[in-house]
Amino acid sequence: MASRCPTLASERQQRVINKGCIGRFGRVEAKVGGPYGPATFFCACEQPQILKAPMPDKPLSFQDLILKLHDYWSRQGCVILQAYDVEVGAGTLNPATVLRALGPKPWKVAYVQPSRRPADGRYGENPNRLRQHHQYQVVLKPNPPNLQELYLGSLEAIGIDPRVHDIRFVEDDWENPTVGAWGLGWEVWCDGMEITQYTYFQQVGGLDVFPVAGELTIGLERLSLYLQNVDSVYDLRYNDEFTYGEVFLANEQQFSAFELEVADVDVFKRQFEDMERQVPRILEARGRKGEQLVLPAYDHVLKASHLFNIMDARGAIAVAERQSYIGRIRDLCKRCAEVYVAQQGGNA
Amino acid sequence: MPQLLLELFSEEIPARMQAQAARDLERMAREKLAAEGLLPEALTAFAGPRRLTLVAEGLAAAQAERHEERKGPRIGSPEQAIDGFLRSTGLSRDQLIERDGLYFAHLHKPGRQTAAIVAEMFDAIVRSFPWPKSMVSGVSKLRWVRPLQRILCVFDGEVVPFEVDGHVSSDLTEGHRFMGTGQAFHVRNFDDYADGLAKNFVVLDPEERKERIRDAARTLCFARNFELVEDEGLLDEVAGLTEWPTPVMGDMDPAFLELPPEVIRTSMRVHQRFFAVRDPLTGFLVPHFIAVANIEAADGGKLIATGNARVLTARLADARFFWQEDRKVRLEDRLQKLKGVTFHAKLGTMYERVERITALAGQLAAYTGASPEQVRKAARLCKSDLGTGMVGEFPELQGIMGGYYADKEGLAPEIIEAIRWHYKPQGPADDVPVQPVAATLALADKLDTLVRFFGIDEKPTGSRDPFALRRAALGVIRILLAGRVRLPLKIVASDDLISFFADRLKVLLREQGQRHDLVDAVFAQGDDDIVRIVSKVNALEGFLGTEDGKNLLAGYKRAVNILKAEEKKGALATGELNSSAPGEEGALTNAVGHMEVEVEKALEKDDYEAAMQALAALREPVDAFFDKVLVNSDVPTERENRLRLLMKVRDAMGRVADFSLVTG
Repeated sequence: MASRCPTLASERQQRVINKGCIGRFGRVEAKVGGPYGPATFFCACEQPQILKAPMPDKPLSFQDLILKLHDYWSRQGCVILQAYDVEVGAGTLNPATVLRALGPKPWKVAYVQPSRRPADGRYGENPNRLRQHHQYQVVLKPNPPNLQELYLGSLEAIGIDPRVHDIRFVEDDWENPTVGAWGLGWEVWCDGMEITQYTYFQQVGGLDVFPVAGELTIGLERLSLYLQNVDSVYDLRYNDEFTYGEVFLANEQQFSAFELEVADVDVFKRQFEDMERQVPRILEARGRKGEQLVLPAYDHVLKASHLFNIMDARGAIAVAERQSYIGRIRDLCKRCAEVYVAQQGGNA
Repeated sequence: MPQLLLELFSEEIPARMQAQAARDLERMAREKLAAEGLLPEALTAFAGPRRLTLVAEGLAAAQAERHEERKGPRIGSPEQAIDGFLRSTGLSRDQLIERDGLYFAHLHKPGRQTAAIVAEMFDAIVRSFPWPKSMVSGVSKLRWVRPLQRILCVFDGEVVPFEVDGHVSSDLTEGHRFMGTGQAFHVRNFDDYADGLAKNFVVLDPEERKERIRDAARTLCFARNFELVEDEGLLDEVAGLTEWPTPVMGDMDPAFLELPPEVIRTSMRVHQRFFAVRDPLTGFLVPHFIAVANIEAADGGKLIATGNARVLTARLADARFFWQEDRKVRLEDRLQKLKGVTFHAKLGTMYERVERITALAGQLAAYTGASPEQVRKAARLCKSDLGTGMVGEFPELQGIMGGYYADKEGLAPEIIEAIRWHYKPQGPADDVPVQPVAATLALADKLDTLVRFFGIDEKPTGSRDPFALRRAALGVIRILLAGRVRLPLKIVASDDLISFFADRLKVLLREQGQRHDLVDAVFAQGDDDIVRIVSKVNALEGFLGTEDGKNLLAGYKRAVNILKAEEKKGALATGELNSSAPGEEGALTNAVGHMEVEVEKALEKDDYEAAMQALAALREPVDAFFDKVLVNSDVPTERENRLRLLMKVRDAMGRVADFSLVTG
């Protein structure tokens, strides 16, 4: 962290107390404690320098698109994580976003998350609807003042030139009632196509997110269709030797049939209830250091959420029941969020 | 006189919030300046995707010195009270003025520099700006619609220094995100500012952006013999999404033209913010669209047009999927699904609503002259499209899609039209269904809504009308009037609801430039037939516009006043009129008797013109009576008879309307 803040107006304001900076954004008080040691102070006055990568000269394959994004966000200091190995409906639900967005500590992460939406299953017959797609997820907490520029830099890195493509930020407030989360932001359009959901998180698990986390979610298949200029997702070049269809078509066909027709609703209902009961039980237990086991508890919330999605896709959930299921998942999520924040030393 | 310029530069402001933000900024600045005694010659605000701008012309450089006289305690009050007054005014005892047994303080406030006032003012405005939704970002607690990036504030060529939560004011701004130089530039005044922005590809004024879009879009269409499908709401929105709006025309696969045009237009507007394009001769859509880009691309927008076209193709392919899939299930077979759709927590499911509407529509058919079988069939199917994929995707196509699907099932044209039109009219400018089956279903749909929500006491209050009950009531009135449907509302509506209809009718008549006081005069008779009420109001308005009408109304009011005064003294004698009274009294007695008969005949036939003519015949005898006859006769029998006669005039006229409620 800088000892002097470059955006400050006067010498009086240049005072720096400990490692906290009284600058453009005020000092962030962080409480001490938590299993990961004391929370760090940070200063968001500094605009991160954008470390550009050269623009590619030919359309990227699906795989190269991911590698370019990893390269770019890695240069900006992000932790590059592997996908979370519990089924989720969206990259946001990965604990690296939902939980890490909470509490006072800074966090920078980028990862690809396979996201399962059983209701979108089309048996591999629809050229652009999938039951499992891949989201590229970036979270920067606190969001730097120039997050928009950082984001636009990532577009250039993957070959989208904003001088010939029409990039626009169109109001779209994000909300995920099952995790009690919402934020304000935009969907980013490239020539009329939504390529990114851009959100400043305001609440997660019903708790205020402060410092604010900026989240970028990119639908990789859709972006890749655009970059490669093909009409069917199955025709995408995964790399120079394989197509997306060769990699994922069987997966779409079989899982669509399973999730839309075969899945045994009664079994899933029972499993949902099992998961639901596990969460409080896990949270009551303690680890070796007396800590609450919030991370495993949250995994069970994710499993419950996925089971609900399958039951929903099977049409097994009446409209009246729907709200109640969502409410149950939200409550579980809220409990995890509260425990997590407490472990991090409280909200700033 | 000096000029003040403010720019609040931020990340992209939602288009729908921009116009109100400009109005709010202007209003807040005007109020705060006025409170400080500063009155600008002109004050203008502009809003765009990334900036809110305010310019005030002709502000004084400083406030005028202000004088104030403050009243203090009585002379001879306890020392404490006087000391307190001295402390609060900052004066000494000998500076106080004695008058009328009181102390007064004369305070002189030197005028402050305008710049200092402005700095405080903008600080307060930024912190309390009424965004409909706002957020915090980073580690800042300042709430703004999206992250605030920079504040420009210049007064009389100089920066007005202030700081809001780390944002230090400056004279810097920047241009278009992609087309500008990318460098912030200095600004000394508004001309500088507007000029700098124009050079950096920003059109500041939203009206100018709209003009640019309209002109360029029309030109693109004209060049190919097409016509732009104008859409004001969409124009406002795209003008709020672009700083350098640049329309481009793109192509659509003509195969999609098999889709209903409403689907294509809705997909274009809702998903893509495209304008549709049509053939000016046939009015049919052509396979093209206008997208409004935010950049002038080096390739003339080729990539942008093809990119947008591809997205539209994907959207329309989805729509085509729904169009094909939805038709595989008959509307009848979708009914059961409505059992799982809640209409309102207290009002049951959509299925129950369909049952109610079906019963009500069947009942209403007797009044509209529609075939009850067709009405009931249409009613049963009217909500089935809510379960279709297309309406799930585009809720605004409810009814319209039901009509298309009914058509594909080969249902009778009356039923198709009824399903398609039953949500109409949806606003004061919307068309009204007149075909009997459609009108009946549209009435049943709205009356069910009104009766049920009034039944659970969900009435509109003030500006709150979450279930659009005012619109529904107005729709009922317009359908009844357009089809001249003689429906006694009392068969379905409570008294509450009937007076709600009366209010809506008044609003409607007022908007049409008619006299709404006459609605009260007619409603007071307990009439519940909108068509009859309006006929009466029209006849009455015509009549009261004539000399006869004006004079008769004056005579009526005079009679009523006399009767009121007498009624205060005690109950008026009843009994038979003296049928052989002499002179003007006798003439009026005859005239009233005659008029009563004529009015009854006319009312029976609903012939209000004739009723008014019958009233008109009363004018001369009434005038003559008041002219020549003294009501308050010394002879008690004469006096009583004359009062009885006036009562008879009042009551006979009251058969037509309650004239006491006529204000004019």
